[in-house]
Amino acid sequence: MMSSLNRMNTRIIPFSFSYHEPTSLEEALSLLSKLGADGKILAGGTDLIVKMKARQAEPRHIINIKKIKELRYITVDEDKIRIGALATWRDLEKSSHIISRIPSLLDAASVMGGVQIRNMATIAGNICNASPAADSAPPFLVHGARVKAMSEKGARFVPIDSFFIAPGKTALMPEEMVVEIEIPLPPPSSSSAFLKLARTSMDLAKVSAAAYLKVDGGTIEEARVALGAVAPKPIRAPSVEKELIGKPATEETFKNASKHVVKDISPIDDIRSTASYRKKTSPYLVTDALLTALSRIGGEKR
Amino acid sequence: MIIKFRLDGRDVSVEVEPNELLLNVLRDKLGVKAPKYSCGIGECGACTVLLDGEPVLSCLTLAVDANGREVTTASGIKGEEAEMLMKAFAEEGAVQCGFCTPGMFVMSYALLHEKKRPTEEEIREYLRGNLCRCTGYVNIVRGIEKVVEMGGKK
Ligand SMILES: Cc1cc2nc3c(=O)[nH]c(=O)nc-3n(C[C@H](O)[C@H](O)[C@H](O)COP(=O)(O)OP(=O)(O)OC[C@H]3O[C@@H](n4cnc5c(N)ncnc54)[C@H](O)[C@@H]3O)c2cc1C
Ligand code: FES
Ligand code: FES
Repeated sequence: MMSSLNRMNTRIIPFSFSYHEPTSLEEALSLLSKLGADGKILAGGTDLIVKMKARQAEPRHIINIKKIKELRYITVDEDKIRIGALATWRDLEKSSHIISRIPSLLDAASVMGGVQIRNMATIAGNICNASPAADSAPPFLVHGARVKAMSEKGARFVPIDSFFIAPGKTALMPEEMVVEIEIPLPPPSSSSAFLKLARTSMDLAKVSAAAYLKVDGGTIEEARVALGAVAPKPIRAPSVEKELIGKPATEETFKNASKHVVKDISPIDDIRSTASYRKKTSPYLVTDALLTALSRIGGEKR
Repeated sequence: MIIKFRLDGRDVSVEVEPNELLLNVLRDKLGVKAPKYSCGIGECGACTVLLDGEPVLSCLTLAVDANGREVTTASGIKGEEAEMLMKAFAEEGAVQCGFCTPGMFVMSYALLHEKKRPTEEEIREYLRGNLCRCTGYVNIVRGIEKVVEMGGKK
C-alpha cells in the first residue's frame, strides 16, 4: 500500500464517478440491485476515500448512505444489542452504558483512530472493509455476533465467523448491504477484553487479540479467542479455546493454552510488522486478553 | 452539482463535482485557507473542520457531503473562548511553523465544548489524531490547560 500511496496525489480523487444519495433504505437497495458490482456504498469514507485516492478502488457509482438517518442507532433488546449500519465509533463510545456489556468492543473503540476518524467511521464500514486488522472484528468474533445483510429480495443473517472471506472480501453479494450487526447479550459470570499492539494508538494493529470467558466456580465453562492481523482475515483460535474449556481459570492455564495459538495463525511480513514478530507476540497478547477478561468477571476491577 | 452550506457563519453556494473533496473546495474555490492540506489520507489532522459541530477530516470528506450542513473552520471560530485559546497558544509557544495550528485550534475548541475541565491525559487523548512536527506537543497541551485553569477561576 505504501508504494502506491507514494506515487499518488492525495489531494484529489483522480477519476470521476456518478454520485447517488438515497434517503431511504428501499432506495439504497434498489440502487444496489440496479448497479450490482459497479456500485459501492460510502459510509464514513475513512477506508473508501483513501483507497479511491490511491486508485485501489475505482467504483463507477458511489452510493452515499449517510442520509438514511434511521440506520444510525445502537439499542439493546431483551437478549441482544443491535448496532445500525450508520452508528459510528464515537456513537459506540457515547453508548458506553449499553456497550459496557461487550467490554472488548469498548476496548476496541478506545484504541481505534483519533477523534475525527471515530466521528466519521462506522462500525459496519469497519467489518465491510474486511481488513485482517479491523479492530471490531476480534470482539465480534468472540461474542458470536451476526450480520444482518439486506437486498431487495429480503434479509439474511450471516454469522460473523463466516462473514470474512479474504483481505477486502466479505460474504456480501454485490446487491447486498449490511443494515445491522447483532450481538447476543452475554450471560452472567462472563466477560471479554481486546488488546492491540500498534505503532501508535491510532495506527492499525500489528497484532490484536480478543478473549471471551465464562467461568463457573473457578472452572472455564466457555472460552472464545480471536485475533487480527495474523492471517488473511480476522480469525478464531480453536486450538487455544480447546485447551481452555473445562480447565481452572488461572494464569497457568492461560499461558499453556496461549502457546497453541501458533497453530491457528499464518502471519506474513508487511509494512506494519513481520511474521516472526507476530508469531512471537501472539501468545503473550492472548494470555493478557484472557487475564483481563477474567479480572472483569463478577464486576471485579483490574 | 451546486451545493449550499453555512461556512463560518455565512451562506455559500458553489458548483462541485462528486469527486471533489471538501478541503480543496474550501481552499481553492471558496478561498478559506485555514484548513491545511498535508497528508491527504487522514493521518495528520491538519485539515480538521467542524461539520455540524463535530470535528471531521475535510481531506476525506466529499464536498457534496457538506450540502445543507454547517462547516466551521479555524477562521470561523470566534468569541471569548477562542480569544483565550489564541492568547494561551501564543503565550505558551504552542505555535512554531503554524502548519498544524488550525487543526489543533479546532480540536482544542471542540474539546472544551465537550468537556469543561479535561485532564492532561484527556487533552492528549483528544489530540491524538493531530500531528505536530515542531512543538513536541507539550506547549500545545499547556496552552489548553491554561484556558482550562482560567475557565475554572471564573
Ligand atoms: C487515519 C486512520 C486511522 C485508522 N485507524 C483505524 C484503527 O485504529 N482501527 C481500525 O480498525 N481501522 C482504522 N482505520 C480504518 C477505518 O477508519 C475503519 O475501518 C472504519 O471503521 C471504516 O468505516 P467507514 O464508515 O469510514 O467505511 P467506508 O470507508 O465508508 O467503507 C469501507 C468499505 O465498506 C463498505 N461499506 C460501508 N458500509 C457498508 C454497509 N453498510 N454495507 C455494505 N458495505 C459497506 C464500503 O463500500 C467500503 O468498501 C483508520 C483509518 C484512517 C484513515
Ligand atoms: S490532510 Fe487531512 S488528515 Fe492530513
Ligand atoms: S507548529 Fe509546526 S507542525 Fe505544529
